[in-house]
Order: sequence, then C-alpha cells, then structure tokens
Amino acid sequence: MIHLKNGLPDGKYPTYSRGEKAALFIPCYIDQFFPQIAEAVAAILKKLGIPVVFPEGQTCCGQPAFNSGYWEEAARVVRHFCDVFRPYQYIVCPSGSCTAMCRVFFEQVDPDDRIVSVGRRVFELSEFLVNIVGVADLGARFPHKVTMHSGCHGRRELGILDQPLTLLQNVKDLVYCELPNIEECCGFGGTFSVKMPGTSIAMGETKAANILQSGADVVTSLDISCLMHVGGILRRNPQMRHIRPMHIAEILVQR
Amino acid sequence: MTSPGLHLSGAPFLRKENKGLAEPRGPRALCESAERSSKQNRQVCLSVPYWEQWREEAHAVKRFSILNLDKLLVEFERNATARGAVVLWAKDAEEANRHVLDIVERHRVKTVVKSKSMVTEEMELNHVLAAVGVRALETDLGEYLVQLAGQRPTHIVTPALHLSAEDVGRLFAEKLQEPYTSEHEKLTDIARRHLREEYLRADMGISGANCALADTGSICIVENEGNAGLSISAPPVHVAVMGIEKVIPSIRYLPLFLNLLARSGTGQKLTTYTHIVHGATPGRTFYIIILDNGRSDILRDPASRSSLYCIRCGACLNTCPVYRRTGGWAYGWVYPGPIGAIITPHLVGMKDAGKLPFASSLCGACGEVCPVKIDIPHQLVHLRHKAVNCPSPVRSPLERLIWTAWSWAMEGPLRYRLAMSTVRLGVRLAKFLPWHPAQLGAWTRGRELPEVPAYTFRAWWRRRGQEFAGDNGKSGIATSSPKKEEVSA
Repeated sequence: MIHLKNGLPDGKYPTYSRGEKAALFIPCYIDQFFPQIAEAVAAILKKLGIPVVFPEGQTCCGQPAFNSGYWEEAARVVRHFCDVFRPYQYIVCPSGSCTAMCRVFFEQVDPDDRIVSVGRRVFELSEFLVNIVGVADLGARFPHKVTMHSGCHGRRELGILDQPLTLLQNVKDLVYCELPNIEECCGFGGTFSVKMPGTSIAMGETKAANILQSGADVVTSLDISCLMHVGGILRRNPQMRHIRPMHIAEILVQR
Repeated sequence: MTSPGLHLSGAPFLRKENKGLAEPRGPRALCESAERSSKQNRQVCLSVPYWEQWREEAHAVKRFSILNLDKLLVEFERNATARGAVVLWAKDAEEANRHVLDIVERHRVKTVVKSKSMVTEEMELNHVLAAVGVRALETDLGEYLVQLAGQRPTHIVTPALHLSAEDVGRLFAEKLQEPYTSEHEKLTDIARRHLREEYLRADMGISGANCALADTGSICIVENEGNAGLSISAPPVHVAVMGIEKVIPSIRYLPLFLNLLARSGTGQKLTTYTHIVHGATPGRTFYIIILDNGRSDILRDPASRSSLYCIRCGACLNTCPVYRRTGGWAYGWVYPGPIGAIITPHLVGMKDAGKLPFASSLCGACGEVCPVKIDIPHQLVHLRHKAVNCPSPVRSPLERLIWTAWSWAMEGPLRYRLAMSTVRLGVRLAKFLPWHPAQLGAWTRGRELPEVPAYTFRAWWRRRGQEFAGDNGKSGIATSSPKKEEVSA
C-alpha cells in the first residue's frame, strides 16, 4: 500500500488535549441494528477519560442519497448533520464509510466552508484513537483467532489500514490471521447490494471464502455495513456459520 | 454477425426492459485471467520505487496536454505535415469513416490489415469497410480471434480474454479447418501462418496511436507481436486513427508513458516493440485521422475532464470486481470496466448509457491502480448525479420521490425515529413473509437479514448517557468509574 491519504487538506491530524469532548456520530444502521457497537465506542472513550456526548438531533450523513446521484436530497441531510455537529471539535464515528462521506464528499454536496469544516472534524474511531489521542493499547483481552476485513472507503478515501491493525496487535491473547486478498471489495456498496444483487453476492461469496481460508473464527472490520453483508452470507453457509462478525470496537472493549 | 448483447441498447447493463442492472456472468476464464494479470502487473508497478512520482508526473503532463489541446493539436498537425503526413480531422465517427473511404477509393484499396485500435472500434470501421467490399483483417492475435469468432473485444488490451486455449482450438478447427489443438505454441503457429501472407497482399494498413508527439509530429505505437510493425510498414498506405486526447507536448515525456503503460497494461517493463512513426517513408502515403467523437463533451465537464488522461492500459478493468464477474460485453460498447463506465456516457450520451456509472460498488480499486491518477470512483458518483438529472434511463420520478421522502425523514430526530421504527418493523416481519418483494428480495436472495435488537442506541443513551459525560473537564485516565458493564458479544 502506498501513499495513503487521509482526506485532510494538509494531511495532518489535530492533537487532542485532555478534557476535550468527543461527540459521537453513530450511523443510522448502528443506532438501529447494532447498538452494542456504539455502547462499546462510548465505553472505550470513557476508559481513556474522554468526555463523550451524543448529540441527539443526529440522523444520517447523507451517503445513501449521495451515492445514488441524488445530491440535492443528500445536501439537505448534510446541512442538518452540520447544524447538529457544528459545536464539536472532535466528531467520532465507528464507520470508515460514513466518515469518508463527511470528510471527503461533503465538499461536493455543498462547498460552503460551514459545511466542509464540520465534515473535516469527523474521525473514524481507530484513527481518532491512534492518530489523535495517541493510544495503541487499550488494555483489551480477546482470546480468539481474528481476521480483519478492510473497508474500501476507510482505506482508499481516508488511508486507514495500519491503525486498526495496530489496535488489534495490542489486544492480549488475540491471534491475528491474515486475510487473503484483503484489498478486495466485499461487494456491499450500499444500494449496489440491492441494485446488482447477483454481482454483490458473488463478490461477498469470494470474501467469505477468503475469510474461511484465513482460519479465523472472528472477522472484524471498521465497518459493520460490510460485515452485515458478508455476515449474512456466512450465516447462510453451514461451513462458515461459526465465523462471528464483530465490529472492531466490540473487540477493543473486551476484558 | 455479432454476439448477443453487443449493441448498446441490447447490452446487459443497459437493456431498456431491465428495471435494474441485468447481471450477466462472464466466463470463469475472464475472471481468473483478469485477477491474475491484475496481481502480477501491480507487483511490477509497485516494485518501481518512484512509481508514485511517475503517476504524479504523468497526471501533470496529461493535465497540461488536455488543457492546451487546441494549441498542441495544431502544433502536432504542423509538424506531422512537415514530415509528409496528411492530417485529417473528424468531428465524429461518421466523418472519420468518410475519410477512410475516400482514402480507400483514392488508392484503390481492396484489402486492409489492421493493428489493434480501440478508436476504430468506436467507428465500427470493419463493418464500414466490409460494406464497400473491402476486406479488413485484424492482425493482433486477440483481435484476430475475436474477429474470427464474429464477436467483439471483451477487454481493451487483451480482447480475447474470455477465450480459453480450448475455445481457440475449436475456433481454428471450425473457421480455418485446422486440426484441433489446445497447445499455445501450435495455436500461435497457426495464426502466424494465416496472417503472414496477408501483410504482403494488403493495399493498406490501419493502426491506432498510443501517443501523438506535438513537437516532433510523430506518433508512437506499442505492441508485443510484431503485427503492428508489419501492418504499418508493409502496405503502401498507412492510416493512423487517433482520438484528440492522445497528444502530448514533447517526445521528452514519451518514456514516462511507455514505462507506465507497459507495466500497468501487461506487467512488462517495456513492450516488445515500440514504433515511433516520424512522418511518411519515401514512396509511401501516411494519413493521420484525428477524431473527436464526443471527447470535447468530456472536455466541457471539469469534473469528468481527467478521464481524457486515460492511456488505455486496462488496469482498472483487471482490478474491478464487477468487470471480472460480468465481463466486457455487459458494458455495451467499446470501452468496458470502470473507464468505460465514465467515458461511455459522454461519448455516446446519457440517454443510452446513463446506467453505466451505477455498475460499480464504488470500491475505488480502479482509482488506486490508474497510472495517470484519474479519480474514477469520484467521477462515477458525479455521473450518477448527472444521470438522474437529465434524460436518461435512470431518471425516475418515483425514485426521486423516495429520496425526497428519505431526506425529509432524515432532517429531524423525530421523523428519523418514526422512519426507522418502520424499517425495524419491516425487517422483523420479513422473516414471516412467504416471499420478499423488490429490494428486500434482492437482499435475501443470498444473505440473511440482520437480527433486530430490542432497543436502539439512542434509547440506551437516554438512560445511560450521563455516565459518559466526564466530570467537568478534570477527567484524567478515568479507570475509577464503575468497571462492570459493557457489551457481552
């Protein structure tokens, strides 16, 4: 992997000072279907002594409409997002994909500085921990064989790959299993998964086979959306059913 | 004489009667070969320590060239003419074909040998020539096979990627009455035997151009089989057809592009042959046709402009997980894969090709491998935005209504909760439905739905949020707080 860009104008992360608040941005599907991930994020931040707030006005980052071409509709949601999060310096999100929407694509929806500047304060959980707070060891223990699926938006738009691997390396008793063809898309792709279901499922099946080949019994990722898709395939297959999809925050919070 | 699904309107991705994107499954041979090439070529590229600098540099040269196209093309014409070439301009495929037919008439051409050229595929040149009784023979091995089979290329660099050696053996047995074999060497021998004499018999050679050099007025053609060299030098007339975007300012930059193209395209450090054609050789006639064919439409759109930097290496095709699984014909026109999905809508119009930008999971692999750093994934989304806002097969009042309702629901937490409760209820009930309609069915075709938890995070936060607020700024590493709790996975 070369030249990973983090989507910030000067490439530099801000430095966190003790006591500064972190505002949680919890993507809608996590809020509704995987609340335990958001709870884990809050617990991780609390353990580090970071005051956590959850602005209750929040809804969605606008990505589904944006990726479907409906930028005008997305813009209304983006503006709402920015109104809600404008007061906060650090907006922490447990998803590479939603973070990429905020940091990279808000600019295309509405180049107004009041929009773009909010988007650029959104950080994916692992980069917030490693690059901004400066921790690598969260004191977690997880005695399992784990492989990691690296979500495309997080890696290609935000340059996130080493951060989650570093965090996982420091988890006690965790055995990391290399994932063959880690750079390949899992086939989720938001609305792509239902617009081209055949191709999406074929891609997911390849990913599932690679996960099985890794020998892991847990597959983790920064993006539970990818895992929702791949996990849905794993659960359909009797040989793969034992492999548990878990968001990285769920592992980092284990004692 | 064409294979099923090759015309734009009939192509699997574009078929009108198809509500979504029909999904053909390309042959396994294609998927595996594309994956193998992609990995091998990538390794060769990344073994160059300054690969990234090369990409940046090439991007900058192309950017300059495209922004100065008006001057560079005229400079190229002047210098090429000074070297004895005849330069002809064509606004569209039709005009370019007329030029070719004029040349055919002037030189009384009966047979043509062609080296590989995608731009002549845009023009459907072979059919145009056939219509006036001129036999045009493809001499690139892959193109030769595809032509023999009555098909079209499935890839821009390796046109017969979909054919296995066994397929080729059967093809030769059927069309050339050769004894069946699937041995690579024997197959190559057969092709060579059949092609060799054609070069000497042909009245005219047609080629494309990989690069046009403004300062010297020359064109550059790269190849591996020697067929291009023969096609452009054996017959008395040579016609080179090039898109307007091929020109670069100077021969000084050529090595950069040769390095990038060979590595990204075929994993070679350099192609076997590199021809630089400096004007006409005495006693021979050399024509250069410069074709627009929709390219200035790309030029007009700043967000799409960098797609004109493309050097047609095919790296984005090989790496694309969608292309690998559907094959090239699915895209319906000359340029398949991610690059096709961004240039075809411009070159043939949104009305016909508006669905193409949606044939992607937006994974971004194409942008990562592109040797001239075209931001393909971002352009895909840009074109989706364009497509839903202009006459195109994806413009749909119903979908617009759905997204409008969605954005209304996402503009306030109360509406959000209402909308989301409906979704949760739907997912819960889906289990009991005997069949799943539309998008739900598309999901459950191969995947389980997620379990719906008993509570949402925001409900949980309302009860527990206070514990996380920190103690008015004096929070250090606060391990003192109750340790219990958290996620039982």
